[in-house]
Amino acid sequence: MHDAAADEFTGHDSKKQYFWVWGWLLVLTAVEVVLAYRQVFQPVRMLEVLLILSIVKSALIIGYFMHLKFETALMRWMLVLSVTACFIIMYFFFFPDAGRILRLGVH
Amino acid sequence: MANAALEHGAVEHGLPGVYEAPLFGAYSKKVGMWLFLASDSLTFGALLFAFSYNRISTAGWPTPFGKDSIANATIMTACLLSSSLTMVLAVFASQRRDRAWTRNWLLATMVFGTAFIVLHGMEWSKLIGEGLTLPGFPKPAGQAGEFAAVSAAVPQFPATFFGLTAMHMLHVTIGVIYLGVVAFRKWFLPVLGVIWIVGYFLIPSDNVFHYGIHALGLGLLVSAVILFLKPKDYDAHDVEVAGLYWHFVDLVWMFIFPLVYLMSTRI
Repeated sequence: MHDAAADEFTGHDSKKQYFWVWGWLLVLTAVEVVLAYRQVFQPVRMLEVLLILSIVKSALIIGYFMHLKFETALMRWMLVLSVTACFIIMYFFFFPDAGRILRLGVH
Repeated sequence: MANAALEHGAVEHGLPGVYEAPLFGAYSKKVGMWLFLASDSLTFGALLFAFSYNRISTAGWPTPFGKDSIANATIMTACLLSSSLTMVLAVFASQRRDRAWTRNWLLATMVFGTAFIVLHGMEWSKLIGEGLTLPGFPKPAGQAGEFAAVSAAVPQFPATFFGLTAMHMLHVTIGVIYLGVVAFRKWFLPVLGVIWIVGYFLIPSDNVFHYGIHALGLGLLVSAVILFLKPKDYDAHDVEVAGLYWHFVDLVWMFIFPLVYLMSTRI
């Protein structure tokens, strides 16, 4: 048995970059808390900003901590596109209906 | 990496020297875990959509999370982010074949994960004590708290909040057990058993975790079956695959924290 995983990790990254990623994740979390606590934006704009920050944080986690950035292009695209497509379909099913219920006043 | 993956995942065709490269260029355990995580992300996606759907479609959505709750949730987030870093360090140590530091970093990850669960449990207990509850929960002693009216008027909030966060807490608990099995193998089983039994007797019967702690008993049973049916010495690949699962629970929290807590902040 050889070290396939060792080849994967040590070939193109060092511990230092993981500390940087961790630091950025903490900084982005602090930014989220400050934005929310000071109510910097209106609710809908706040939701958009927080979601964008969450997507950036998740990209850092998936790309570096989960190492997807260093996998083959086929694996990267298959996983990201399939899951993203499912979420987009769910979005177009559910959110217009939620807004419709609110407008109709049906509770 | 490609050569390494070939060596691991190649399929022999009966002809000398003829191999087929794995489709994703990775060993099968890793591909299996990625596929599981892709499907599990849809489970959490559905729960997050349910929460958001109800939030949009329900008038008078409560904002119960004050300064203490936000501070608590921020510390929980820092715990999970730090646990991801220690998990990466465990993977590095396992690749150096440094068993002692692999175990140490895995233990550090488990400590952060356990801190997250304890803090989350305290947050739940506080909210339940203040009246935010579901019909199936044990009734807390004393008078109805300030959120009793919320539970009655907007039952969608406790239903989606507890459903989503319970599913995540269960995943973190499974993750801690998974890491314990990888780090300590059979020696982890008695520790898990003691925590289960002691927790059951120490947690008061009017606390929802008096019953929730039986998840540890189930984890003990499953871990024992796996460890006794297929005993093995977990290598760098197993640590890396366990790490994928652990980072995933961190990833999910990156969406729960802003959507559930920060968007329901009470200033």
